Amino acid sequence: MTSYADRADRSEFAGEVHVYEPHRIGLPPIGAYLRQLWRRREFAFELARTNLRSAHYNTVFGQLWLVLNPLLLGLVYFALVEIIGRGDRGIDFLAHLLLALFAFRLVSTSVRQGARSVVGGGRLILNTAFPRTLLPLSSVLTSFMLFLPTLAVYAVVHVMADLPVTPEILWAVPIVALLVVFAAGMSMLVATVQVYFRDLSNFLPYALRIWLYSSPILYYAAQVPEKFKPVLLVNPLYPLLTSLGDAVNFGREPRPALLLAGLAWAVGAFVVGGLFFISREREFAVRL
Amino acid sequence: MSSLSASRDSVAELAAPRTPATDWAVKVDNLVMTYRTTVEKKPTLKRTLVRLGRRKRIVRTIEAVRDVSFEVPHGSVFGIIGVNGAGKSTLMRTVAGILPPTSGRVEVHGRVSTLLALGVGFKGNLTGRDNVVLGGLAAGLTREKLAAKYDEIAEFAELGDFMDLPMRTYSSGMYGRLAFSVAVNMDPDILLIDEALSVGDARFKQKSFDKMRELCDEARTIVIVSHALKTVRELCDEVLWLHKGEVAMRGDPDSVIESFKEFLDVRESDAADEDV
Repeated sequence: MTSYADRADRSEFAGEVHVYEPHRIGLPPIGAYLRQLWRRREFAFELARTNLRSAHYNTVFGQLWLVLNPLLLGLVYFALVEIIGRGDRGIDFLAHLLLALFAFRLVSTSVRQGARSVVGGGRLILNTAFPRTLLPLSSVLTSFMLFLPTLAVYAVVHVMADLPVTPEILWAVPIVALLVVFAAGMSMLVATVQVYFRDLSNFLPYALRIWLYSSPILYYAAQVPEKFKPVLLVNPLYPLLTSLGDAVNFGREPRPALLLAGLAWAVGAFVVGGLFFISREREFAVRL
Repeated sequence: MSSLSASRDSVAELAAPRTPATDWAVKVDNLVMTYRTTVEKKPTLKRTLVRLGRRKRIVRTIEAVRDVSFEVPHGSVFGIIGVNGAGKSTLMRTVAGILPPTSGRVEVHGRVSTLLALGVGFKGNLTGRDNVVLGGLAAGLTREKLAAKYDEIAEFAELGDFMDLPMRTYSSGMYGRLAFSVAVNMDPDILLIDEALSVGDARFKQKSFDKMRELCDEARTIVIVSHALKTVRELCDEVLWLHKGEVAMRGDPDSVIESFKEFLDVRESDAADEDV
């Protein structure tokens, strides 16, 4: 899509000029691509909004469901952990569980929706030239819009559990931002793979479930037995979820090493997922 | 239709008037398009693994367009004809910027609006209105411009209340009408249409025909791929006959279409094989 030639945005009145030439190293010119992406950002927002609207989240009961559904899910997991465990967990553990679970769902919903985004955009992809990254990025936006109301649920539990409210809680902003960046990278990655392997969406729920159980959500990271520590360390969500818990649940500053690890995972996933997607996206039209 | 030019906003008015820097709107130079695609209908990991075990590959390389060059002057209607599988649709997608060329070069001067095979409506569970807005935004239109154009699009498509119903409830004729309406009402400099002249009933066909004539009169450029030779002959200033990815003939509609018809008559029995 070399239409994103610089000349295209030279002057509005001279009309538009598009030049299409072969891509050399499998990637379109990145600068021009990103400009084009930015110019059409409205599409990603509109798609996310429309998707939520079509799921009736613009109605009273729809919005109630947005809050109820994650809360019920959290309570089910809490009950499960209580039954398996000794039943000595308090409401502060519920606060930890809900926060980590909601953050996890921010990523997993992005991945699940992202996998469908390109394959489900068939007609549009076959008919219109536009940066395809808008489709998985829109899935991340949808997921983020679903995440926001869960913060209110958490806030209530936070207050009920009488957890501290300190300035350190503001660390949550950059940490959630990193989670979004990570989710975007993963979303672009699975969106691409889904084009080539349509049964990915069959495996995905299992993979996400295992990921959920191997993340410090239903337990504290500190409780993980020594022999399972390596599993925790290779989990991209371990540093981010733990940092988030430190900042929000306990009101203390997250460990720098964990923050750096989280940053590395987020940027790494974004760059790898993004480049993989962009290098493949011109093939989508003949693969769908 | 004077209502069209009256409602066009002033920016578009300035942008539209087509003070072309070049004589041609579309220029295709030595275009070659080959792509690899899988024969499978739905590629899956499972089948890939099974195939790996058998050491079998099913990716096919398709040489859709081989060394094609042509240019389309501003304000003209350019027809592309040929049997199925001749590479017409691939060629159109390249001009639209959807598929990048394997080699060669395509230059397009002007805002492109496309109606390629399927058109608008990529999400059946969303309403016609949502799909029009999403399609427009993806094509790079601004919200303001879309809002200004929306009524025109809805009116031309004659869908009435259906605009606010999910598109899965549409009949195929309604689908086609909306797609056509979006494509022609987006104020394009260059309109690319792939076999969409046959949408709707006879009356709508006439209406779309008139609309295209009107666009030509406004000095917009149209590139049409069609099997409806009669329409091509009536609309086009120049026709290109594509055969197996190569230019078989190019020239005035009457002579190219005559030759194409003769070719079809000669190979009538083989023609069915081309319907891959």
